[in-house]
Amino acid sequence: MSAVRPPEGAKAPSGGSEAHEVASVGVIPIEAVNDFVIKFANVNGSGSASANELFAKAILRMGVPVSPRNIFPSNIQGLPTWYEVRVTEAGHLGRRGGTDMMVAMNPQTWDADLAELEPGGYLFYDSTRPLPPSKFRDDIRVIGMPLTEICNAVYHDPRQRQLFKNIVYVGALAILLGIEPEVVEKLFGEQYKGKEKLLASNVQALHLGCDFARENLEPLGLRVRRADKVGNRIFVDGNSAAALGCVYGGATVAAWYPITPSSSVAEAFQKYCTKFRVDPATGQHRFAIVQAEDELASIGMVVGAGWNGARAFTATSGPGISLMSEFIGLAYFAEIPVTIIDVQRGGPSTGMPTRTQQADILACAYASHGDTRHVLLFPEDPHECFEQAAAALDLADRLQTPVFLMTDLDIGMNQRLCAPFAWDDSVAYDRGKVMSAEELEAGRDFGRYKDVDGDGIPWRTLPGTHPTKGSYFTRGTTRDAYARYSERGPDYIYNMERLLKKFATAATLVPQPVLHPAAEKTELGVIYFGSTSPAMHEALQALEARGIHLDALRLRAFPFPDSVVQFLARHRQVFVVEQNRDAQMRSLLVNELDIDPARLVRVLHFDGTPITARFIVEAIGTHVHKTQASGAADTKEPA
Amino acid sequence: MTYLAKPRLHHPTLATNKVGYTRRDYEGKISTLCAGCGHDSISAAIIEACWELDIEPHRVAKLSGIGCSSKTPDYFLGASHGFNTVHGRMPSVLTGANLANRDLLYLGVSGDGDSASIGLGQFAHAMRRGVRMAYIVENNGVYGLTKGQFSATADQGSKSKKGVVNTDSPVDLVAMALQLGASYVGRGFSGNKAQLVPLIKGAISHGGAAFIDVISPCVAFNNHPGSTKSYDYVREHNEAVSRIDFISGREEITVDMGPGEVVDVRQHDGTLLRLRSLHPGYDPGDRHAAMAHMQRHQEMGEVVTGLLFVDPLASDLHTALNTSDRPLNALGPAELCPGAEALARLNASLR
Repeated sequence: MSAVRPPEGAKAPSGGSEAHEVASVGVIPIEAVNDFVIKFANVNGSGSASANELFAKAILRMGVPVSPRNIFPSNIQGLPTWYEVRVTEAGHLGRRGGTDMMVAMNPQTWDADLAELEPGGYLFYDSTRPLPPSKFRDDIRVIGMPLTEICNAVYHDPRQRQLFKNIVYVGALAILLGIEPEVVEKLFGEQYKGKEKLLASNVQALHLGCDFARENLEPLGLRVRRADKVGNRIFVDGNSAAALGCVYGGATVAAWYPITPSSSVAEAFQKYCTKFRVDPATGQHRFAIVQAEDELASIGMVVGAGWNGARAFTATSGPGISLMSEFIGLAYFAEIPVTIIDVQRGGPSTGMPTRTQQADILACAYASHGDTRHVLLFPEDPHECFEQAAAALDLADRLQTPVFLMTDLDIGMNQRLCAPFAWDDSVAYDRGKVMSAEELEAGRDFGRYKDVDGDGIPWRTLPGTHPTKGSYFTRGTTRDAYARYSERGPDYIYNMERLLKKFATAATLVPQPVLHPAAEKTELGVIYFGSTSPAMHEALQALEARGIHLDALRLRAFPFPDSVVQFLARHRQVFVVEQNRDAQMRSLLVNELDIDPARLVRVLHFDGTPITARFIVEAIGTHVHKTQASGAADTKEPA
Repeated sequence: MTYLAKPRLHHPTLATNKVGYTRRDYEGKISTLCAGCGHDSISAAIIEACWELDIEPHRVAKLSGIGCSSKTPDYFLGASHGFNTVHGRMPSVLTGANLANRDLLYLGVSGDGDSASIGLGQFAHAMRRGVRMAYIVENNGVYGLTKGQFSATADQGSKSKKGVVNTDSPVDLVAMALQLGASYVGRGFSGNKAQLVPLIKGAISHGGAAFIDVISPCVAFNNHPGSTKSYDYVREHNEAVSRIDFISGREEITVDMGPGEVVDVRQHDGTLLRLRSLHPGYDPGDRHAAMAHMQRHQEMGEVVTGLLFVDPLASDLHTALNTSDRPLNALGPAELCPGAEALARLNASLR
């Protein structure tokens, strides 16, 4: 242990603790510029979240892409929480796996946090209370800083002592890693605009950390260096983006019931509506948001609003989908536009409420009893959350059916670097086939469930449209083409087959899949979707470096457009990468496209953490090598 | 009777109301309920109330759940949009519909099974939210469509058609509505049209959540062994049910009572229902007094009918949410979409 100088003046902690650095002989510390993973281990409720986010944003402002992730327990406070920042000049936005530097602020998770460090990695900790050498590893570099002591010396209020500890370590890390403190200060300036007192105290805390590090600690092998790799991209979470998409897409009614990880969709919708949708002349709201008593009521309200011609949505997660299923069936059969944002989490049951999965696919594709099929959209990032939320409202109106935006905790609750939001002001909303009073007056034949255009989509009228023409009775029971109650078999079959035809029409309207062809001709393909995207892109590069070439198709919607069928036909074997145990997307492909299951190889990641490129490379690489070794042309799936 | 078309002809001299409609214009399809069912009397009262109020039928949205009562919106206001939703969840659908277009009148029709059992939560929350609507529960204490199980409003000690004794306490929807903040609360009897029509008119005209519990005897399933026709009748009747789903018709029960009167009504099963009409001096402006009054008479074995409580200045959910005067479903992109320029500013703030 090599002691270094104690801090000076007012900043100086008194007592026995001191800053120190430990480096074991023979261990080569990790050296990396703009390419490392740093993880903050904190105690939930200690106020670390905003400090950690500030850290990530500062790197971003230096032109270096970052990919942060919240890893938190299903708890209010006191339990462990982590914030992982991948600094990645190459722009890999998936999780990498492994940790190069741990900011260990939670004694409870010390051992596990320490174990997670890569050999040669760095451990930063609060050295106010000295720890025995047995608490450290031999193959890492340890940086101790008496954070508690520094804060106790400067602040008297216990809450301030706690909160500013986080800012102090951000200041120290800035110096250690080469982040410009001016950048952090500018961020403070934006955050505390008009709140000068808060601004000053945060800047003071930042400098406490900076000064201490400058005077007492050596720079690390991990460095942040200014770059120009961020471009005009924005840094935003998927839930906010989806909510904004609903604002732009013209949703006026939102009904919801709080559930992690979707609650912030409704909260962001409220925020954006308050910003954009208040009539400046009257102060009246051009929106209605109701926190319902449960998920049944929230979807019920959306069904009622959709029936009555308002664009309406709800946001929920798996358990909410289960509760909503009866109404989803009603909306499907009675043909009512409904938009559901499903921010998926770990299931089944309460599962892992604060962890991510893609495990609601089948539950949503076939939600409710009887023969049903629903439209699903799979955004890959916040940019697409915005775009597809707006598109979902259009599709729901056009198709008069429930449309699901299938996002997940990983996209929804983590800020992600993505293309800026875009909107074309000349585009009008697609309100679908709504017959007006004038059209009814002109004598257009109105049969609510009649397929007049051959696309399976009937015309509807809104309540109150016309005094004598156009009213009909909506119900979940079978009816004839004129909405008259009927239990006749032919009427039922007409309806059910028309709904299938409508679903086929949907396949032509939903977002098309995105093809990423391999550099070389290949018989191998890979299908992926949603939040798996960034890890997949990195994995494709790594696999290519190993000589494994894959044509990659990113699904963006169900029903599957023809291009998916063609992709499958072109490849001897296709990996299907997804984040659930039972290969739900693979099942959907097999079921809907009647494809030989042996051609679809499962690549499944479902421990609740976001899938990593390492995992994909390992799974696909192993399989390819195994099949090459066995020389089998038509391989079997891995067990 | 279900399969008979309703004759379109009507007398040319039928009186029209101020908006030019005859009573026939407020009718719907022919009822498929049992002859003598109290629910049909309620439908007739709704027709009468809407005609008298000069409401344009197509400006009414009528929503219901599932069950005998919930079928009735098909039997009145044929020119209105109707919606048979799911069991017990009409209130939420109506709430959403109301939020989408505040300019229509909303009629929620429900039953005791629908509102007091599976839909108790939604009933409660619609009341406390102050959704502007006339919420009518057609209350007969049994599940008719599934052939006679108890509903949650069935009295403790009453017997089902199969002789099972109900051991549970009843849910009193009127008491709940009063407690939960409904701003118009009444109770009627399906056979007392003179009282029911004004009650419904008041509910439709009310500016907030209006609730009316209407006692509506079930022709088919409120028998019990004490009934004069009990055992033999049930056997004979069951046979009929299993063959052609036929339920013998009865005369509609009607009563005529003046203010403050107490009337004993003999129901189809022979049991007596003691109704007390509110006294002319009763003050419906006091919520607490209404609750006490109702409970006092309940202990005396009487069912109080009439308008129990009204807050004439009540507001609704739209007021609470400060929603635009123009219906939300009528707003276009110009009013809803912040546009590309605002988005560019937003993008800039996210860097």
